[in-house]
Amino acid sequence: MPAPTAVTAVASDAAVKAAREALDAHVREIVHWHFSPETGTPFWLDFAKTLGWDPRTEIHTYADLRRFPEFQDEWLRGGPVQRWMPKGMAGQPVYVFETGGTTGIPKSRIAFNDFRTDYELFSDTLPEEHFPKGSNWLMLGPSGPRRLRLAVEHLAQYRGGISFCVDLDPRWVIKLIKKGWTEHLDAYKDHVIDQAVTILSAGHDIRCMFTTPKLLEALALRLEKDGTTIRKAGIMGIFGGGTEFTPQWNRFAHEELLDGAFLAPTYGNTLMGLAASAPTGPFNNYKITYYAPQPRAVVEVVDFDDPSTLVPYGETGRVKLTTLTREFFVPGFLERDEGEREQPFEKYPWDGASGVRPYRGFASSTTVGVY
Amino acid sequence: MIQLPVLRWGQPYTSMDVDEVTHFATGEPIAKVSRANGGLIQRDMRKAPQARAALQKLSIDELVTIAGRAGELYMTATLPMGDGTQTPEEFVRAQSASTGMPENMCRANMKKNAFVLAEMRNILRSLTRRLDFSVLSDGWGMEEGVPVSYQAQSPVLGLVLPSNTAGVHTLWLPVIPLQVGLVLKPGPQEPWTPFRMAAAFFQAGIPREAISIYPGAGDVGAAVLDACDRNLIFGGTPTVDRYKGDPRVQAHGPGFSKILLGDDQADQWEKYLDMMVESVFISGGRGCINASGIWASRHTREIADAIAKRLGPVRPLPHDHPEASLAAFTVPGVAEAVSKAIDADLAQPGVTDVTAKYREGSRLVQDGRADYLLPTVVHCASPDAAIAKKEYMFPFVTVVECPEAKMVEAIGPTLVGTAVTCNPAFRRRLIDATHIDRLNLGPVPTTKLNWLQPHEGNLIDFLFRARAFQTADL
Repeated sequence: MPAPTAVTAVASDAAVKAAREALDAHVREIVHWHFSPETGTPFWLDFAKTLGWDPRTEIHTYADLRRFPEFQDEWLRGGPVQRWMPKGMAGQPVYVFETGGTTGIPKSRIAFNDFRTDYELFSDTLPEEHFPKGSNWLMLGPSGPRRLRLAVEHLAQYRGGISFCVDLDPRWVIKLIKKGWTEHLDAYKDHVIDQAVTILSAGHDIRCMFTTPKLLEALALRLEKDGTTIRKAGIMGIFGGGTEFTPQWNRFAHEELLDGAFLAPTYGNTLMGLAASAPTGPFNNYKITYYAPQPRAVVEVVDFDDPSTLVPYGETGRVKLTTLTREFFVPGFLERDEGEREQPFEKYPWDGASGVRPYRGFASSTTVGVY
Repeated sequence: MIQLPVLRWGQPYTSMDVDEVTHFATGEPIAKVSRANGGLIQRDMRKAPQARAALQKLSIDELVTIAGRAGELYMTATLPMGDGTQTPEEFVRAQSASTGMPENMCRANMKKNAFVLAEMRNILRSLTRRLDFSVLSDGWGMEEGVPVSYQAQSPVLGLVLPSNTAGVHTLWLPVIPLQVGLVLKPGPQEPWTPFRMAAAFFQAGIPREAISIYPGAGDVGAAVLDACDRNLIFGGTPTVDRYKGDPRVQAHGPGFSKILLGDDQADQWEKYLDMMVESVFISGGRGCINASGIWASRHTREIADAIAKRLGPVRPLPHDHPEASLAAFTVPGVAEAVSKAIDADLAQPGVTDVTAKYREGSRLVQDGRADYLLPTVVHCASPDAAIAKKEYMFPFVTVVECPEAKMVEAIGPTLVGTAVTCNPAFRRRLIDATHIDRLNLGPVPTTKLNWLQPHEGNLIDFLFRARAFQTADL
């Protein structure tokens, strides 16, 4: 394996400074929105009463958000979910999206239009030659109470296409794994892949796809068994996400699964938008570095023991996420992942995170990469 | 430092995911091992029929001869090992360093493997009950005027190998001569034997496309089991229970091997003391064939005391010491947990650690990063004691007092049962006991295997299916 070479130019100091100033201004606007009695979010308005200080007057910069105590993911469980609805959005149609939920009460978040905005911004990162406008899409992944189905469908529509959907229920998959019902697990996987193969063969001219690494692998292997490939089935561009996107898996996919189709790794979840990846391939040993869609969301890599401190560039820490939209404000949410802090680069002049994988503190007790 | 690749049908593949193999005592890295991924295995398994096809270009007779040559190379030659080479002595040192097994035990295991390869013809003749090898090659043949047919059930055998005992490798060595390919998932701390054996096979003339080696973690083992139609896996009782009844998987777990003294021989127990000590102690007590129970209706306290007197003073020695007899536990915390589990069982009434008075200090010896457990002989006044059914990876044995009439039923699953008795009725009951796998009638150490006999199921029966077959002239 050759030594990695840099292909992404480091961002200039001026670009980094401008991005930071834009972020600070955005923080002021969002904090003001969520903590004002007229537009604010009931949860944050109540929370402000316990702080003893007014975020609207004391939060001026992104760095000031550290004054908030660590965000507890338990706050997102259970109802009434209306406590998360900003008064300023009253009367607008609202969605609720869930995450997790194999056992107990899932975490949930409300959304009005964020998923559309996030995926429109993400759309701008997709190269036209691999994701042609007007193409139809296959959404092969979890739908149900998750954001993905609607988001991918909107992405397809935004780009002038139609999204076909094959559902996978990750909660059932996790139960099958925990019960050790491998036969059922295989049968369910086959059931999902059968549907994908059927849609791809049905003459819908599908050229783009969202899927997960596990499903992409299963689909590619099935197509290979049938004497064809992802590319020959018509797919030109794929975007997907998950901690299974290791450099080795990325390389394996490029060398042995994709047959020339383009793969765009992404990092994200229901709470944030979609972090796109810097270019990846043999030129950088398939290293994947994610950059959040600032200023709407910020990803940081922080010290395991002191989440208020960034680790030095290249060092390992826990991924910390901040969501900053008018619909949803989450300061300093500690993700269940860890990774390495990366330098800003020209396209995204702010910090990135590479090598994202399950946080070591949870890794042994969490079932990951199930779909 | 040696870099070991993934071996994909004989072709090295360097993964970007790498695991380090470290020295059990110093923690120093001694090898970097490429880690496979599940999809890669699934893809490769599409070519599994080619592994068998490549081997079928050679007759079983030729493959047996090549296996013999491979055994000599394995014992004597400097062979490729990853991106370097390895002499036999370097192999021993590496295996000892990563597994915690004393070097003298590694050398002994090498001899076992080489012996099996050298005796392959006789072993296959015994396992096949002298079936003409061409019946396996051609799929059918004639025997005393009757058509016989044996159909291979898989082009390859998948193996999920352990780290903690090198003795298991003898089980898969006959696979290649049977024209069946090998898909090996090495134990994380013992990549050495699969790679060295593969190198010896290749150098001796086995086609490279017959063997794949996929190092990695549990997901890689699962992928191997998923991808191959016939598999051997080595693990604990949960592993065995999980694959019970799965015709694709033969799970090898704890042996719970035992020595039973009949009432007619119990009074002469001293005559069998050497045999009992050897059964418990040889190979560091790590094997599934080491005795973990000695059962008799009387004299059990004296038996336990005599064994404890022999084993109690044993101490760990440096792993390169020629007399070293205890293997280190290489996974942090395991030895301590085992010792605590034993102590918890000792709290039951009628259970005594007889070795305690013969050893200095604690059962657990911690020497830097290396943990050892000193030989432990426990007396049980009744077979109902929980500890009477336990087995651990060090010289550990319970001496259990049990009436002969209840013994066969009470012993539970037993991989090797050595029964010292001349009582025809007792012998008959033992012969009929389906929960005893290997039965030794007479004072044969449980650890003394006759290589011409099947072990935990006949490999031939597992890989081939005898079926009806007829032909008619056209």
